[in-house]
Amino acid sequence: MAKIELTRIPFIKNALKSRYPQLAVFIVMLVGYIFAILAGFIGTPVGSHNFSIVFVWIAWWAVLILVAVPFFGRGWCAVCPIPLPGEWLQRGAVLSPPDKKPKWLNLRWPRFLRNIWMQNISFLLLALFSSVLLTTPNITGIVLAAMLFAAIGLSTIFERRAFCRYLCPVGGFIGLYSQTAPIELRIKDKQVCVTCEGKPCYNGSQAGYGCPWDVFPGGLTKNTYCGLCMECIRTCPHDNIAVNLRPFSADLAKPSTRMDEAFKAFIMLGSAMIYAGVLLGPWGAFKDAAYNVGTSAWSIYAIIFLAIIFVILPGFFTIGILKTKGALPLKQRFASLATALIPLGLMFWVAFSLSFVLTNASYIIAALSDPLGLGWNLFGTANATWQPMLTYILAPAQTLVLVGGLIWSARTAQKAANEIKVSSTPVIVFCFITTLAMLWLLL
Amino acid sequence: MKRSEMLSRFLITVGIFLAVGVPLFFWSSTPLIHAHVAEDGGWNPDVIQANTGEPLHLKLTSDDVVHGFAVGQMDMQSVDVLPGKVTDITLTFDKPGIYTFFCTRWCGVNHWRMRGTIEVSGSPSDPEPVEPALSEAERVPLYVSLDLNLDAPHDAPVIPSSQPSAINGQQLAVNLPISLSPGYYRENSPYQVFDHLSNTSLTETQRWDVVAHIWQSNTSKESLSNGQKLYAQNCAACHGENGAGDGVFADDLQAAGESSMQTMTGADNMMMQTPVDFTNPTQMLGASPALLQGKILRGGMGTGMPMWGSIFTEEQIWDLIAYLYFFQFEYPK
Repeated sequence: MAKIELTRIPFIKNALKSRYPQLAVFIVMLVGYIFAILAGFIGTPVGSHNFSIVFVWIAWWAVLILVAVPFFGRGWCAVCPIPLPGEWLQRGAVLSPPDKKPKWLNLRWPRFLRNIWMQNISFLLLALFSSVLLTTPNITGIVLAAMLFAAIGLSTIFERRAFCRYLCPVGGFIGLYSQTAPIELRIKDKQVCVTCEGKPCYNGSQAGYGCPWDVFPGGLTKNTYCGLCMECIRTCPHDNIAVNLRPFSADLAKPSTRMDEAFKAFIMLGSAMIYAGVLLGPWGAFKDAAYNVGTSAWSIYAIIFLAIIFVILPGFFTIGILKTKGALPLKQRFASLATALIPLGLMFWVAFSLSFVLTNASYIIAALSDPLGLGWNLFGTANATWQPMLTYILAPAQTLVLVGGLIWSARTAQKAANEIKVSSTPVIVFCFITTLAMLWLLL
Repeated sequence: MKRSEMLSRFLITVGIFLAVGVPLFFWSSTPLIHAHVAEDGGWNPDVIQANTGEPLHLKLTSDDVVHGFAVGQMDMQSVDVLPGKVTDITLTFDKPGIYTFFCTRWCGVNHWRMRGTIEVSGSPSDPEPVEPALSEAERVPLYVSLDLNLDAPHDAPVIPSSQPSAINGQQLAVNLPISLSPGYYRENSPYQVFDHLSNTSLTETQRWDVVAHIWQSNTSKESLSNGQKLYAQNCAACHGENGAGDGVFADDLQAAGESSMQTMTGADNMMMQTPVDFTNPTQMLGASPALLQGKILRGGMGTGMPMWGSIFTEEQIWDLIAYLYFFQFEYPK
């Protein structure tokens, strides 16, 4: 399937080039985010009736994992409110062109941290406490506020969006899975970028800011680190930036060779399986262990969690690919073949989230009318009762998603294996076994 | 500065102000009474001020599990207090005084500790007709005037071989010089009355049947029904639905043992105990209604049995006591 350039459509191009539509969304998002923080602190401590839990971990999560990531890649990052206050502070402006002199320290991010290991760690830090985080409004409030202040702090020390690029616990996996999305931002003609003077898309100009994600659009080959902020569309003097509709998982044709990204795939795959078991499974002891943070049971849970992600899954995967005879060293084969886990992991998360979201979506209706649990009834829906939704389609839909994910990952494994000239069989077997395990956990 | 920049900054400032200011305003102007299980603090606040004759509007919410709310010694239907929801209730007090409000749902092993007070000040809004003053003896509870030791053992030395029948007792009592008066019934235990009947020609079984008749004569179906309702709501969590001391919290109470005893020093027997078994004839037939009244009014003093004096009316307590003996005697349907 050929690519379709969406920015050829004048309406889309104008909407992306203008700052105002994005600003309008930013303001709404920021207001909602700050309200979520406040709700976490002053609203009812009952999570299922508090805006911070219901709208962040149910509504937002549903939109993110079921729609935004699979179809728009980093589409969420394009409207995320977390970096905004820091970025505005860093720029000294909301819309005006940047000053020539930087207002803050404007340091480069340390070279040894220019990877997503920090994001892997920040995700795991949240994941290990997720049972408490997902159910306790004030903890959610603290985490949301901490991310906002971390982003502000990093914006005053480092240049561009250091938080988004290197620290955000969500941004890491969005970037990984955005490679599968049918949307991309790319240049139209490489030669134009080569000869472009000043590279305003990266360095900024009076028309806009240099890439906040520290990416030179001329070199973009995959979605992972492009935040779809659309600054380069505004700054490119040659109209050489396009937003394209493309086939799914186009970026996966060229497998990654980075270990941080490979382990990100294992972290996400393992987390989805652990969550399916702990949050949705019938094992009360696991739930208690995951919830009682700080106890010895929780410590054992944390050790098992980390062991599954860093030892068991990668261990079996490595054993599987040991005998694949290729020219590349094992480390590179490991990183390349782990690309196959990207569609699989995404589909694991979609299947897990379907269950989680359809079970809890009815809380959104009640929380809409009484977001703080103060007895309001803004839209007349405050007394809506909890009711799992579309339960009859859940199991078939999850099966379809998981089987589809398996086929998708098998196809990706074949492409990745062809690329480095090894057999894809061990990877497909690994994907098959983990899919069976996930089916058992969910169904 | 460009107008667009100024406008943007203005809109962002307004947005943040709205996101913070509006919820804070409504939150601070909506005083809620929060319910938590007793281990997490119970009611907050647990002291509420009110004035006689003025409606007291309360907004109740639970921060954890389902609780209930009722005010003792008041003719009101209890209301549920649901997690994350707000229950509105309006109360009006006719008389000044200190009222106890309490949880009416079995929310946890320390459910009964979930109590608070409403301090009602002012003068009676509806002065009652002048009644003759009560004597000192009439004002104090019966167990006090009888000088009963509530903590002394009161086992019946003899118990019936089968459940005494009030129907049989009624026929046997026709020609007997016995008293059916409330005073006699309340001041004596079933065993004491059984013992008083020893100078008759009745067999032991017949004497117990007559005791059952006397106890039945001092209650009514309505009274038993009311007692049953009170028992189911307030007592069955520990004492069990069938009175056998095997309520849902009984095991927890036993497990809690010393660690959950009330703050007091002294006797070893002042620790959490397993709930009394009302189906045990040795204990129940040795206890007079006055003794049970004392235990209910005062509570178990550290045993885990709460005091109900500030919650139940006198009539409710006698209804409840009548129902407790229902576990021992066979009454006509």
